[in-house]
Amino acid sequence: MKYLPLLLSSLFRKKTRTALTAGSFAVALFLFGILAVVDGAFQQGVDVAGVDRLVVLNRVSIIQPLPLAYRDRLARIPGVTHVTFANWFGGVYQDERNFFPQFAIDRASYRQMYPEFVVPDDQWQAFQTDKEGAIVGEALAERFKWKIGDRIPVKGTIFPGNWEFNIRGVYRGQRVQDDTTQFWFRWDYLDERKSFRKGLVGWYTVRIANPDDAVRLVKTIDEQFANSPAETKTDTEKAFAASFVKQMGNIQLLIMSVGSVVFFTLLLVTGNTMAIAVRERTRELAVLKAVGFSDVFVLALVIAETLIVAAVGGGVGLGLAKLFTLRGDPTGGLLPFFHLPGSSIVTGLALALAVGLTAGILPALSASRLRVVDALRRI
Amino acid sequence: MAIPFIYNVRSLRARWTSTVVAVLGIAGTVGVFVAMLSLARGFEATLVASGSPRNAIVRRAGATSEMDSSVMLEQVRVIEDAPGVERGGAGPLVSPEVVVIASFPLKGRDTEGNAQVRGVSPKALAVRPTVKIVAGRVFQPGLTELLVGRNVAASYVGLELGKTVRFGGGTWTVVGVFDSGGTAYDSELWCDFSVLRQVYQRPENMFQSATARLASPDALTPFKDALTSDPRVTVQIDREIDYYAKQSRQLTTLITVLGTIVAVVMGIGAVFGALNTMYSAVAERSREIATLRALGFGSGSIVVSFVVEALCIALVGGLLGCVVVLPLNGLTTGTINWQTFSHLAFAFRVTPDLMAMGLAFALLMGLVGGVPPAVRAARAGIALALREL
Amino acid sequence: MVRIDGRGDGQSLIRARGLGKAYQRGGEAIHVLQGLNLDVDAGDFVAFMGPSGSGKTTLLNLLGGLDVPSAGSVTVAGDEITRMSGRKLTAWRARHVGFVFQMYNLIPVLTAFQNVELPLLLTSLSKAERRRHVETALAVVGLADRMHHYPRQLSGGQEQRVGIARAIVADPTFLLCDEPTGDLDRKSADEVLDLLDRLVREHGKTALMVTHDPLAAERARVVLHLEKGVLVDTVTAGRAR
Repeated sequence: MKYLPLLLSSLFRKKTRTALTAGSFAVALFLFGILAVVDGAFQQGVDVAGVDRLVVLNRVSIIQPLPLAYRDRLARIPGVTHVTFANWFGGVYQDERNFFPQFAIDRASYRQMYPEFVVPDDQWQAFQTDKEGAIVGEALAERFKWKIGDRIPVKGTIFPGNWEFNIRGVYRGQRVQDDTTQFWFRWDYLDERKSFRKGLVGWYTVRIANPDDAVRLVKTIDEQFANSPAETKTDTEKAFAASFVKQMGNIQLLIMSVGSVVFFTLLLVTGNTMAIAVRERTRELAVLKAVGFSDVFVLALVIAETLIVAAVGGGVGLGLAKLFTLRGDPTGGLLPFFHLPGSSIVTGLALALAVGLTAGILPALSASRLRVVDALRRI
Repeated sequence: MAIPFIYNVRSLRARWTSTVVAVLGIAGTVGVFVAMLSLARGFEATLVASGSPRNAIVRRAGATSEMDSSVMLEQVRVIEDAPGVERGGAGPLVSPEVVVIASFPLKGRDTEGNAQVRGVSPKALAVRPTVKIVAGRVFQPGLTELLVGRNVAASYVGLELGKTVRFGGGTWTVVGVFDSGGTAYDSELWCDFSVLRQVYQRPENMFQSATARLASPDALTPFKDALTSDPRVTVQIDREIDYYAKQSRQLTTLITVLGTIVAVVMGIGAVFGALNTMYSAVAERSREIATLRALGFGSGSIVVSFVVEALCIALVGGLLGCVVVLPLNGLTTGTINWQTFSHLAFAFRVTPDLMAMGLAFALLMGLVGGVPPAVRAARAGIALALREL
Repeated sequence: MVRIDGRGDGQSLIRARGLGKAYQRGGEAIHVLQGLNLDVDAGDFVAFMGPSGSGKTTLLNLLGGLDVPSAGSVTVAGDEITRMSGRKLTAWRARHVGFVFQMYNLIPVLTAFQNVELPLLLTSLSKAERRRHVETALAVVGLADRMHHYPRQLSGGQEQRVGIARAIVADPTFLLCDEPTGDLDRKSADEVLDLLDRLVREHGKTALMVTHDPLAAERARVVLHLEKGVLVDTVTAGRAR
């Protein structure tokens, strides 16, 4: 573009100012990136939830178990294609702060229920034959530097005692957002060793043939077990995950508020800066017009400057946010999914450009409307 | 003698758009900073206040919270006999309790929340003398009646005084409301422990914890030593305050870390804004500055003058940020306490020291944003500046 | 007595010897002043004229300690200012020089009174004493009734007179005027020149003035031309004693 030197020269006229304005964009977009990551972290559970899976809990309370006998009854309900179950173990590995989810799973049916988690066949076989076997997620193994064959001691809290497991396999997720921080071991081993609540499972997960059938099946399942000693409360996996986010509070509102404050301030700062810059360059712009460049040209010039600053600053900010996420979760376990998706990056850039445009439009208009005579006379 | 302060004030006013922009930048940053910290403070305060220095909570050794703990009846007897336990009219002040979770729909959230339900012994109120019944009455033993904390009605749908609710296969009536002074108990539902045990099909002799009221805060040591060395029980004993402090740690850390990151980053942005404003001011007033220097005002007074101007902006911005956040104080919100897995209501706590921190932060930003332009102002060659058109 | 041959005796108030100033312009050194000599006695009124770019303002800046020469020395009332450190020079300037600028250079957010008071803030005078000096200065320039007006409320001529009041309020050793009438219409210019004239004649001030305006130059006792970096004499002009 032949006008590029003209454009760049006006930006480099006051290097400090350009740098500071670009810096403001960088800061705002960095924050945007971080907020998007946090929002994503909270939403992750909801995003990966299976559309064709339902979760069946004890109606009284999430901590109450369900009888093993329900398994066959659930399997027989028309529309249900697969049933599995698990228990929350809640043990402690070395230190309370080393939190990760531990599940006692049904070795016969669990793997089929969650195709998004991939375990090599030979490892799964080893798990089947070792009663004290365990399968751990990739991220979890990475975190503690575990290898297949390691013996992991876990102190039970709900189920007291010193438990030890042999890592027989590592599972990985098919998608970036899949949770690979879980620790699975065998339910039959748990049931054998525990001293109370024998024959009781934490919850059931049920796959249904047709996702559209979900609402109807939820009702059917709960009706099945109404008026029995352990009534059920069934939900789609997505709704179940979403309820936790909602219980956490209005995270969305908080994030939106902070984000708005940041962007509003950015808008003001940029707008003001551009206005000052235009005021200072009245004479130069008037000369351009005197030479023969049109009003529209001047308008476009000023807007182009602002957009360049916005794009560069925004790009840097988003880039830094992305780099920051590569470091992993800074809270040590509370946000297992710390990732900035491409869609957020695109949104961020669009926002930066929008702010740049809005901030630059008024000064650009006033620049384009300069009367050459007045401007050159002004001292 | 320094450059008169009135010069700075009037100059700020003359360039009021830029001044306002810089002020808002700083105000926004300080506001977000103080707001997030008061969120964390509120959460922490609720939990920390929940403990009394004279109470000790006894759980099974190795349990991470009350809920995965178990204390048997025989062990409760041993605890009652331990040294340091306060004795009241009805005997040793030890209240064994059953703690479970039940879900109720949350107000305004379109989902259910897990409420902590505490089955208490008749001694519960004696063990916790700061808990006062403010409406209705305490539940009658043996009946499905509830005594709820003052935040419960506000947090959940259908748990006001007089209402009935179904859970656990029974119908319960809310017969009273208690106030525990802004602690975690205010989010709990209390009832008779034997009734609760039946509903949740728990063994008759099992409790989750026992809370003991000690004769004095110092009595903790002999109490703890006696029980931890007693072979009949395997327990862990915490001062109530410490127990709750540990609980708050995770979420408080999360909010504090996030809040600090956001505030620091915003602070950098605000500093950029302030720098931009001040550099522009210096540029616009280069002739004035040169004149002042020609008249004989030294570099030092120029620097001080501009730094003072930046600090003025910062101070106003900081005050504005604090003022805007102040109405949040006392605003109740709630979240799920991951360590007890139950809903906890708490309030924003905007304290004077937080606001002081906010102001200090503002002044720091003003300083960082004011010094470089001020130095530039003082260094520019006078002759050059005077010649500039 | 004004001399430009460098042979003045040690009694002159302002003395420049071998003064030179060069600027770097894109790798080349441009010598604006070269080997300039000047002697000015107390009570003199000197006008400097010369084509645009001849270095008149540069000379004024050097004499007033606003700039540092590349060569040579400037001595005022016995002090060799070219040897002074920045801080001492600043203090010296405050005490000895009164500047009058072409663009008046009043601080727009301060009133006339406050503008005139500025140089006094660098002294240890009390508030009451400062007020007296300011009021006197403003009376001398004939603007006592406009004390609390802002520059934007004054005409160009009035602004310049406030500038002169500021220049004289601390009773400096000499006045340096850079194109004092450059921005004014004829009538205001005359008023300003009358004032300068009075200050020299009735109050015994020493004034050095750079100007384009031949009518302004006429008012001075001596007119010097700057050509090729040195001073050249002309007819000692005008309405002198």
